[in-house]
Amino acid sequence: MNKACNSISANISYGTQQKKYRLRNLKEHIAEGLLLLCAFLAVISLLIIATYIFYSGVPIFGKVGFKEIVFGMVWKPLEGSFGIFPMIAASLLATLGSVAFGATVGLMTAVFLAELSPLWLSKIVRPAIELLAGIPSVVYGFFGLIVIVPLIDKYCGGGGNSLLAAIMILGIMILPTIVSISETSLRAVPVEYKEGSLALGASQLQTIFKVTIPAAKSGIAAGIILGMGRAIGETMAVILVIGNTPQLPGSLLDRARTLTSNIAIEMSYAQGLHQEALFATGVVLFVFIMILNIVLTTIFRKAGEEK
Amino acid sequence: MKKRKIKETIQKAVIWLCAFITVAALAWIVIYIIANGLAHLNPDFIFSEYKGGKNGILPMILSTVYVVLLSVIIAAPIGVGAALYLVEYAKPGKLLYLVRFATETLAGIPSIIYGLFGFIFFVTILKFSFSLLSGALTLSIMVLPTVIRTTEEALKCVPVSYREGSLALGATKFQTIRGVVLPSAIPGVLTAVILSIGRIVGETAAVYLTAGMVTRFPGSMMDSGRTLSVHLYVLAKEGISFEEAFATAAILIITVALINLATNKAAGRLKRSFTSQDN
Repeated sequence: MNKACNSISANISYGTQQKKYRLRNLKEHIAEGLLLLCAFLAVISLLIIATYIFYSGVPIFGKVGFKEIVFGMVWKPLEGSFGIFPMIAASLLATLGSVAFGATVGLMTAVFLAELSPLWLSKIVRPAIELLAGIPSVVYGFFGLIVIVPLIDKYCGGGGNSLLAAIMILGIMILPTIVSISETSLRAVPVEYKEGSLALGASQLQTIFKVTIPAAKSGIAAGIILGMGRAIGETMAVILVIGNTPQLPGSLLDRARTLTSNIAIEMSYAQGLHQEALFATGVVLFVFIMILNIVLTTIFRKAGEEK
Repeated sequence: MKKRKIKETIQKAVIWLCAFITVAALAWIVIYIIANGLAHLNPDFIFSEYKGGKNGILPMILSTVYVVLLSVIIAAPIGVGAALYLVEYAKPGKLLYLVRFATETLAGIPSIIYGLFGFIFFVTILKFSFSLLSGALTLSIMVLPTVIRTTEEALKCVPVSYREGSLALGATKFQTIRGVVLPSAIPGVLTAVILSIGRIVGETAAVYLTAGMVTRFPGSMMDSGRTLSVHLYVLAKEGISFEEAFATAAILIITVALINLATNKAAGRLKRSFTSQDN
């Protein structure tokens, strides 16, 4: 009797416990599902963004013609010519110019921080670079407009609003990206490499240039590519200093207009086909960014394989 | 030997010069703008409206605060959730690769593209029109990669022994995450939020194509509003007032400096809490 009672109550408590477990299991599954949804939202967002940009920007390539847009030299949207080649050229020139400056100065600054700088000095330089990274792009643009543009006008002439001004501002803007990523990868080079080189009689600088930098090259390349992405996608800093004339720049002192500024300037009042053309500009920009992104992942994968 | 020495001296000088250029560029920008901005930075400018002869920036400050709050409220839970999934649940494979690819691509998309997307999707198709909500939704997608990555780093810093201890006591996986992992990673989440705030405050291109640039006090989140960065852009581009532009730029730089300070504090706390307990 007693035994039976016991087993019944055990059965009951087993039942409730099972229910409890089931509930707990259910909760676990719901939690995991919700978290998965959060992670997937990033993928969904990317898909929606790409879809809408392409959906709004691709049809015009069919209506006007791919060649007429991408290699067209004349941008007169109200008269039906949508050539954005001058903008593509200006974007590429501004990016390459700023990267040439940013990569040189940035890499050397990274070498300085990783190898040469006394501790007290890096404690000043590093926060300074962090601050440089955080300053809004529109502030850079404003500084360029107030300081760089008049300086260029004074010493080189031509009004100052120019490709050169954009290159200078972008060059400063991409420094933090290049410095911080290059420094991290320089620091990740094993000490044995340096010790080996020093033991063979190489000087500190020979070691840096012949051993440390080559060993960190994939990280440095990644930093430079990220800087490129930032430069080609920058809008507000460029708009304020480049002059925004949609023409092929003949020299560094010419006014020009980039892909980004083309969108930002005309989007607020564009209608119909004109608006589609701006989305097409966005599509071209998107494609450039995707190419950079693919190069970047390839670099990282190669670096992973080497290790 | 002598030649080598000369060469080395030159190389060293170049390296020092480059580091100097970096710091000098920063010092020049910051000092120039703060020095010119402070003169105009008085209570009347900060705390008055932008109408009736007064060119105060209080409406812009409020719009900025609203946009920041809304974006963080949207992006933080989603970003933290995604990071939790990636670190705690996801197994290496196609799914993880897909999510990683998506966040990295999102991080690389220029803000003007976000602006275009927000304009066509939130403003036009969903009919939110130019509003703080459209701006915040666009920005929350933009800062999502930052939140996910920073939180992920923080979660990875939580020692495995914490999780093992909790699981050994009979807690389930989610209980462990909620009760042990997440609380330990709070400073990291905080860093993620502060970093996002920095990006949102500084963003211009994506905001002005989605939130518009009305200078009134925003009454609700469906109203259009002008954030500080957009205000600075309009002032500088239209050449309305360089004095006000300097003052606005000074406020932005001071905000960014404070945000950097807060980030370093939060990151330092994360590091300390684990190093002290591990020993």
